[in-house]
Amino acid sequence: MSYTPIKRPKFSLADRIYIVAIAKGLCRTFKHLVLALTRRSRHREDFNSKGIGLCMPFPEQRWDERLPEYYRGAPTLVRGEDSRERCVSCQLCEFICPARAITVTPGEVDPASPCAKQEKAPKEFTIDMFRCIYCGMCEEVCPEQAIFMSQEYLITLTDRDKGIRDKETLYKLGGVRKGLVNKWNDHK
Amino acid sequence: MQFIIDCWNSVMGDPTWFYLITTIAKLALMFILLLLFVVLSVWIERRIAGWIQDRPGPNRTGIPIHLLQRFGSKEKQPLKKWLEYFGVPANSWIAKLCTWLRLDREIPLFGLIQPMADGAKLFLKQEMTPSYVRKGFFIAAPMFVLGPPLIAAAVLPFSSSVDTCYGAINMCVANLNIGVLWIFAFSGLSVYGLTLAGWASNSKFPFIGGLRATAQLISYEVAMGLSIIPLLMMFSTLNLQEIVQNQAENGWTLVPLWGEGLSLQRWVLLLPMCISFLIFVTSVFAEANRTPFDMAECETDLVGGYHTEYSSMKFASFFMGEYVAMVVGSALVITLFLGGWSIGLGADVCLADWAKAAAITGSDQAATCWQSILGCCAGWIVVLLQFVAFIVKLVAFVFFFVWVRWTLPRFRFDQVMKLSWLVFFEIAVINILLTAAILYFIQ
Amino acid sequence: MSTTSTILPKDEAAAQGELNVQINGTWHRFAPGTRIADACNTVGAHVPCFCYHPKLAIAGSCRMCLVEQGMPPRLAPGQEPSYDAQGYQPLQWMPRAIIACANTVSENMGIRTTGNITAEARRGVLEFLLSNHPLDCPICDQAGECKLQEYSSDYGSGTSRFQEEKTKKGKNIDLGPRVNLDQERCVLCHRCVRFMRDIVGEEVLGAVGRGSNCAISCYPGLKLDSNYSLNTVDLCPVGALTSKDFRFKMRVWFLKSTPSIDVNCGTGSNISIWSREQEIYRLTPRQNDQVNSCWMPDSHRLNYKYINAEERILNPTVRTDIGAPQRESTWDACLKLSAEQLQKCEASKTAIIVSARMTNEELYLVRALAKQLGIKEIASVSRKGKSDGMLISADGNPNTTGEQMIIAEKATALEGICSGIKSGRITALLALGEDITAEAGLSADNIKNLDYLLTLAHSKNGTTELADVTLPGVTFAEKYGTMINVTGRIQRLNQAIEPIGNSRDDWSILRDLIILLGSEDEKLAALKSARDLVTIMADEFAAMAGLTWGSIGNDGKAIISTGVTIPLIEREQASK
Repeated sequence: MSYTPIKRPKFSLADRIYIVAIAKGLCRTFKHLVLALTRRSRHREDFNSKGIGLCMPFPEQRWDERLPEYYRGAPTLVRGEDSRERCVSCQLCEFICPARAITVTPGEVDPASPCAKQEKAPKEFTIDMFRCIYCGMCEEVCPEQAIFMSQEYLITLTDRDKGIRDKETLYKLGGVRKGLVNKWNDHK
Repeated sequence: MQFIIDCWNSVMGDPTWFYLITTIAKLALMFILLLLFVVLSVWIERRIAGWIQDRPGPNRTGIPIHLLQRFGSKEKQPLKKWLEYFGVPANSWIAKLCTWLRLDREIPLFGLIQPMADGAKLFLKQEMTPSYVRKGFFIAAPMFVLGPPLIAAAVLPFSSSVDTCYGAINMCVANLNIGVLWIFAFSGLSVYGLTLAGWASNSKFPFIGGLRATAQLISYEVAMGLSIIPLLMMFSTLNLQEIVQNQAENGWTLVPLWGEGLSLQRWVLLLPMCISFLIFVTSVFAEANRTPFDMAECETDLVGGYHTEYSSMKFASFFMGEYVAMVVGSALVITLFLGGWSIGLGADVCLADWAKAAAITGSDQAATCWQSILGCCAGWIVVLLQFVAFIVKLVAFVFFFVWVRWTLPRFRFDQVMKLSWLVFFEIAVINILLTAAILYFIQ
Repeated sequence: MSTTSTILPKDEAAAQGELNVQINGTWHRFAPGTRIADACNTVGAHVPCFCYHPKLAIAGSCRMCLVEQGMPPRLAPGQEPSYDAQGYQPLQWMPRAIIACANTVSENMGIRTTGNITAEARRGVLEFLLSNHPLDCPICDQAGECKLQEYSSDYGSGTSRFQEEKTKKGKNIDLGPRVNLDQERCVLCHRCVRFMRDIVGEEVLGAVGRGSNCAISCYPGLKLDSNYSLNTVDLCPVGALTSKDFRFKMRVWFLKSTPSIDVNCGTGSNISIWSREQEIYRLTPRQNDQVNSCWMPDSHRLNYKYINAEERILNPTVRTDIGAPQRESTWDACLKLSAEQLQKCEASKTAIIVSARMTNEELYLVRALAKQLGIKEIASVSRKGKSDGMLISADGNPNTTGEQMIIAEKATALEGICSGIKSGRITALLALGEDITAEAGLSADNIKNLDYLLTLAHSKNGTTELADVTLPGVTFAEKYGTMINVTGRIQRLNQAIEPIGNSRDDWSILRDLIILLGSEDEKLAALKSARDLVTIMADEFAAMAGLTWGSIGNDGKAIISTGVTIPLIEREQASK
């Protein structure tokens, strides 16, 4: 193992008795306090915040339009353009989920249906929102691009049963995803 | 009516009953004051932390109006009904202002309800006692943490004394001649609570937390005790009420600007006093387990420290104990160094004289009705003013506590120990000698 | 150096009937006739194969096992061979790779399983195989235990250069009642064809078409309906052949495999139980060359559904009074009541019917129970059938040999007990692990003659409906124990899942009953697991002397010679 010793800065006596540094620090934090209270915090206009400091007062002012593309909200299932269930119940998400929030019961696709070539689709697919930690691993592991982290961050439940989302709910939340996947049709 | 007054007079006339009743009243006042201050300081802590970090902190929690529905109000939005009652249309600017103030939803109190809501939540939470703990000690530990600071507060004077027709009331629950020692004795006891909690939890992180707390509290107890000896030498008393009285007359320890405070000796003594102040305040921080000395419960390396295994009200006891310790510590610093209840600049002496004069005028046969009322109340007014001064100082110092917490990062444990034993201990001892020399040579 | 005084390694090896082979730079010795693939695998130099299977004939069709081979140089006339310091001839490496499965080792041969030639060869083979592979791993049941997946990640190139349309072939083809075929996934290793032809002896499968369109298919008019057809699913290195029973049930990486044995006949085929949480998803054969080679019959393989079925008894039930309805009870109350009632029964009028489906440990405790109660009449129900000439034994009980060893010396004929019940000579009966209404020859009316009937069963049956006390035991997948198969080999059952509901391990039920009946055997009281009973039994039975749970091992130990053989193993050993 090789390592590079870090050269520590030499402290003068004034530094070592801390008092000056502490006083400086106290001034800095007090400045922030005053600026926050007088609504003159730095970068305030960047955030367009209407509250104290840099904060947006939440229910009145929302940051929905500022949500980044990669924001990880609640996981949802999506359908393809051809309204095919993209999930083939490979259960990789169930396997990877660190919180064990996902339960998949695999099932067979009706051979008469237009996407019979897919053969397999979930019979049941539940995500326990009480367990979900929004890590996004399910989205990352999905080989079929069937599970996506939505931008939904307001999950307030009045009923415990609603915390466990079933397949229908997840598809309703996920909607249709653009971009045709030819893997399971005759084009292959 | 006459009978009640007679009864009152006869009971209060008896010195024993008088003493008992006033003491219980003071006790209740002090207890309520402390607990209120705990709640308040939690709120102050969170608001200030928010402001320092450019955010608002808990500013929402008020008394929700829909609670009124629970108590029989059938209206969903009582505000509208009230406005209608006063003939204010729903789209007028008054109604809009009320809506903007969110009066239609709740009675806003700047989030002051938040600590109470937190308390209620903690109270209603599931009480979990792990199966592997030592039950007796586990239950006793939070009491040891919460109890001693409350007891220590008994000797803190929160105002001067007042003369009533039944006798003088000293505005201090127990005016002990060993007040300082009392505080040291009891605040030292709370370390048992932390140690017991760490040990009884039978789990490694609480145990380490408990050990750290023990080592830290014992170390800083030494520095703290030694640091105020110069002060006691100067005042030549251990009675806190007398110390404050002295400061009120002759200038605060750190602000000797009136009375005897203007003498050369006091100004030369300012140097050792400042050193004492620094050591004492730092030690109070350490004693109260506050950042930057919260080694016993630093989340990054000890999960939750000594209270990791605690939940619900037991955890709340630790939490409250810590804030009580902080409030009592602040009060002690104020009492010893910043004049306690004294208003300052010699005003106390003037006010006391004025009160005395007013009492004499009021008791005079020739006094007008107005004068006699003033004569009765003058003493109380003075006491009240001083009490307000005490509270203002206390709030300011609690603010300082919070301010420091959100400014300074946590020390490393070896640094904490080094600071106490290798720096403070030596400086405190030298400081004593220095003070003695000043007192001896400069008269 | 002198070569006259020292013995050369080749002579030394030849004296032991072995050959010197250098594998990846190290010299090893192997018996003549060893396949290069086997030789490499035994010394830890892994050779990937699709078509090669040690129990099947060699096909050499997949070309996956290509290795680099070197031989000593061919000598010119009159030239003396040269030897290096260790006494080996120098190796000349062939410029092209050879397949390791179809070639055997020879003296002074060199093999390299690493290096550019083999790596390139493997990468090329995989690229060809994957060019028409549908890559539907997400829906493929084989994913996770697929050779093609493993080798692609180990030796494949990672990217595809294939721009053309993939060949379309049949998908989800119904080959037989239990097997499905996906021709696109097939790598044409012909393992299934060879298995059906050589091991089962039914020519059902074959390859049709040429080139890219070559595919496995049943011969016209035939179905893959042999009782051994599911072994082709195990053999298939990819997901071309899949079991209809296991199809889309669970991904294999969730499953836990527990080594155990089959309890459907006296052969005691070695199996793995694949379970997740409290559910069993499939059984697969486990290799044991003395018992079942690598195979097992479909009928036994699919006979696990009863473990999680509705019919399982989840709570002990008792009848508190004559004619009263059965009622669910708790274990403590139920066992206490049974003990009281058993003590009231007259020993001479009481009989026990045990099952040869119980483990040795349970039978041993039944014997102890009989002794405790003073019961003289014990019999078991025999299940004689016909062997299928492969793996299914004529004996339908998995532990007949063990039952004979433990109980038989005291046993009376089952007929005696049956006639006793009919005549009213026997008034109380303990039916342990056996449904007496089914195969013992008793009708429900006969049973109603009994004053008291206690039964130990895992599922509801005719007897439990009539019983005064029903003690819910467990199935083979929920318990530890040993059984002795028809050839006299003791083998272990391992617990794959926890007992379902409130059912309990049979041995612990019997043990508690014995203790409640007043036994003061400290060894029994101190028992923690059926596994410890093996040691206790080893002191008592000569055949088991010195055995412990650990020493039995996953492959079992032959302890008794019964003279019975397993036809398939006979054939396999004869063909070697």
